[in-house]
Amino acid sequence: MPDPKLMKNDEKSPAINRVDGRLKVTGGAKYFAEFEIPGTTYCVLVTSTIARGSIASMETKKAEGAPGVLAVFTNLNLPKIPGLNTPEGNNAKKPSGGETYQMLTDKKILFAGQPIAMVIADTLERAQYAATLVKTTYSKQPHQTDLEKHKAKGVMPQGERNADYKRGNPDTYKTAPVVLEASYTLPIEVHNPMELHGILVNWTADDQVMIYAKTQGVQMTQKAVAKAFKLDEKNVHVHTEFMGGGFGMGLKTWPQEIAVVAAAKKLRKPVKLVVSRDQMFTMVGHRPYTTQTISMGADKAGKLVGIVHEATAETASYEDFTESTVGMTKFIYDCPNVSTTYRIVPLDRGVPIWMRGPGEATGAFALESAMDEMAAKLNLDPIEFRLRNYAETDPEKNRPFSSKHLKEAYQLGADKIGWSKRKNEPGALRDGEWLIGYGMSSGTFNASRGQASAKVILNQDGSLVIQSAVTDIGPGTGTAMVSIAHDVLGIPVGRIKFEMGDTTLPKAPTQGGSTITSTVGSAVYDTCTALKTSLAALAIAQGNSPFMGSKAEDLVFEDGMIQLKGDRKKKLPVGDVLKANNLPTLDRALDSKGGPEQETYSMYSFSVHFAEVRVNPVTGVVRVSNAVSVADSGRIVSPKTAASQMIGGVTGGIGMALTEEAVLDHRFGRLVNNNLADYHVPVSADVPHIDTIFIDKPDPYINPMGAKGMGEIALIGFAAAVANAVYNATGQRIRDLPITPDKVIKRVA
Amino acid sequence: MNQFQYVRVTTPKAAVAAVTKENNSLFLAGGTNLIDLMKRNVMSPEKLVDINKLPLNTIEKTATGLRIGALAKNTAVAEHELVRKSFPLLSMALNAGASPQLRNMATVGGNMMQRTRCGYFYDTAMPCNKREPGSGCGAIGGYNRMHAIFGTESSDRSSKCIAVHPSDMCIALVALDATVLVSGSKGERRIPFIDFHRLPGDAPEKDNTLQKGELIMAVDLPNNPFADHSHYLKVRDRASYAFALVSVGAALNLKGNTIQEARLAMGGVSHKPWRLTEVEQFLRGKPATEATFRQAADVAMKGAKGYGENDFKLTMAPNTLIDALKTAAKNA
Repeated sequence: MPDPKLMKNDEKSPAINRVDGRLKVTGGAKYFAEFEIPGTTYCVLVTSTIARGSIASMETKKAEGAPGVLAVFTNLNLPKIPGLNTPEGNNAKKPSGGETYQMLTDKKILFAGQPIAMVIADTLERAQYAATLVKTTYSKQPHQTDLEKHKAKGVMPQGERNADYKRGNPDTYKTAPVVLEASYTLPIEVHNPMELHGILVNWTADDQVMIYAKTQGVQMTQKAVAKAFKLDEKNVHVHTEFMGGGFGMGLKTWPQEIAVVAAAKKLRKPVKLVVSRDQMFTMVGHRPYTTQTISMGADKAGKLVGIVHEATAETASYEDFTESTVGMTKFIYDCPNVSTTYRIVPLDRGVPIWMRGPGEATGAFALESAMDEMAAKLNLDPIEFRLRNYAETDPEKNRPFSSKHLKEAYQLGADKIGWSKRKNEPGALRDGEWLIGYGMSSGTFNASRGQASAKVILNQDGSLVIQSAVTDIGPGTGTAMVSIAHDVLGIPVGRIKFEMGDTTLPKAPTQGGSTITSTVGSAVYDTCTALKTSLAALAIAQGNSPFMGSKAEDLVFEDGMIQLKGDRKKKLPVGDVLKANNLPTLDRALDSKGGPEQETYSMYSFSVHFAEVRVNPVTGVVRVSNAVSVADSGRIVSPKTAASQMIGGVTGGIGMALTEEAVLDHRFGRLVNNNLADYHVPVSADVPHIDTIFIDKPDPYINPMGAKGMGEIALIGFAAAVANAVYNATGQRIRDLPITPDKVIKRVA
Repeated sequence: MNQFQYVRVTTPKAAVAAVTKENNSLFLAGGTNLIDLMKRNVMSPEKLVDINKLPLNTIEKTATGLRIGALAKNTAVAEHELVRKSFPLLSMALNAGASPQLRNMATVGGNMMQRTRCGYFYDTAMPCNKREPGSGCGAIGGYNRMHAIFGTESSDRSSKCIAVHPSDMCIALVALDATVLVSGSKGERRIPFIDFHRLPGDAPEKDNTLQKGELIMAVDLPNNPFADHSHYLKVRDRASYAFALVSVGAALNLKGNTIQEARLAMGGVSHKPWRLTEVEQFLRGKPATEATFRQAADVAMKGAKGYGENDFKLTMAPNTLIDALKTAAKNA
């Protein structure tokens, strides 16, 4: 149950600035590669040029003899990693378990860009040079990298979430008065955070290792390394306080990280790996190429009769990767007959990994495009069509939503973008040469509360330290946690410090899946509340207490003071309570998790995106000229960073809609645009002013703050809003992303 | 990256001498392209001759026009008052290229010398006749969305190349009848800009007509009557920092509504900046109307050939040409 006193966002608790913003823009924030350890050596990876086969021979002598080189490791000489040659180590459970391929353990080539050698030298430049001297010959085998060609090989992945789903009679749509069948394609997308992936490893004793990594979960990395090297977890110290963007690529411990730990152990020297930009395209996952078909039937009144959603996505030959591509279709609309199927096709490619919004964003593009297509067939306003099929309760699990304010979100977004300007007839609006169109779509993502611990320490000077092992991949986790502690304890924001991103701190989950504010935030809330209870008791009981005889609930915590409700002149600085009780510090640590409410209610965050686009029918250029995103993500804990997160999500959505695509040449199984000049993430000029609107109503069940997740819904659905707007502008439906000028010009010129 | 020697020179003579006498040595100016190519092992010079100290960065009025030193930064040229006033097409083209950070580093000479951005040229694990003569052209039958539609003829299929020259600046310079002043071991010579870059023919490894050791000293632009009616239109995949799918540099001299003279060039369509002299002749004396521009586009597209993924350019190029001409005719 949310605390009604919390998170008023009134004048008493104005929106706070990003607590680590100054450090980040002044160079004060230290990223993994910036830690300096004397004697550090540098690792450069040599990668496979072919997509399938095996290594026939490898010439490493020249590289080994090059200046400054300490070692060249290949499958022939990488020391055995003790925990990986056991069945439980080497055959992680499928699907979506740990990595089943391990680096430099045999001659097999499983994908182009696979690391086949590590060159380690005393400087980065020497390692880079020596890496060019490693010569490899291969025994090639025919590779399969083209999903379109191998769709028939799709298999249903293991796991309940991936099973075929059916309610009612899925074929009903075929006999509905209005029928739509359409296929959609999403290309390979690559996370491409600014900061490159890597790891810095320093063995401080035979059984102790210090690691600076680029990971979305320090304890995940700790576990993986402890298991691989059969160490006590406490002997693996991992630190990742700051991260230059993750977007999902740091959600697992990659084989090259384990290999660097092994090399550092063998060499007895610190080893640093920072991969190159082109290696970012093959070694740390990607959003999988996915094809989808939506079949949909509706009656003349605009009521959905049936939806069939089929998705097929790539995975690696050596590991199953799955995501919830068809999940949203099961519950977002009130429709009696629904079926979904999800298939994965093993290809000779590196394994994908969740990329922001993950499968839900892929699925929402197809479903929300199809909803727009159906609305057009019915000659209905797309919002009206959605309202006629509004799900008041969860039709998949037959239970209430914990909270859902999507109707209000439609209205707020429509008002803000000026939806009334939109004509249902495509191509009706122009500004000179440019066609103007409006589109919208919805998004949703699971809201949950996991398990986490936190510790808070109050000092005599009234300052507070909060501790959690959680990492912050960018959304502003520290700011949110400081905000929660401030709201509970009334300690000024500037006196609160959040320590994070280190395995010596209390347990927290990996940052991903829009769960951290809910999960770690609840732990911070509970811990601060426990501290508050102790403080109140101490303050009342101490000698000369101004609160003598009062009850704890009569005390107000504000501005770093404890005050008596009704007589605010009776007050005490929080630190003075510690002094009066001869306590240098007062701390509390708690473990915190959700309860049975998660089984009683369906918990989801929702978003609505609106896009205004300008399409040039002569050149095929599409520009998003205005964007509005509305989030129903419960109570907003930190309005400024939440708005930033939303803007970032929309920017990712613009990329998905208009620019991002990693292109494979299937003849070689290699990517042809593996750099930031040719793989187009949106630049500032592509991103218009974005209005972010928050419903900001607490979810009554999820956690004490009433906060649901934000990170994924900011992106989920945005690409469909753009595609729908392009249709509204031109009358042309583009179902293959990204919507680049060549695709537009073929259709409208 | 390979190991290489690095020397810094202070006179053009020393620069020319340093590069002439060594087999595999190159001039280093802004380095915005060469260093990338070295990092990816596409180019592996044994010696870099840093010419940044040479006194070649001035932009000055001459008796017949404007002289731009080879080491003038792209930003400095784009923002120069004389360029903006009298050669706006050049300013527009420069600002359409790269990013501010790159333009701050990149020089005029270096911009002319930049290599193609074809993905096969950059990946040493795939074939490329430009990088490795005789290895084949990866783009033919592969990813050729960005590639050429003009001037790809070659007598020998095994040496074919359909890469494009990536520069925006060069489109303006070729349209505006620039001349390149170069200095070599045998002295100075002048190369009409239109002859500076070459078509791939049977030697796609050669981007231009410079002789071994020749150093670009300056680019001369003749005065022209086009300042009021110039437009550079670049169509690209994102709003900034992307190479052209198609670009057009258009400059008109109008008397009333009659075209006295026109200058036209296209980017993103050929191995060299693609000057459209035949179209310019066609336009002379014609009214500046959309109908005229449509006919001009037909003339421009004669001989164009798509390679599959870039077939859209057969529509995009004439459309962009018409649009650029319309805007240029309106400008004043």
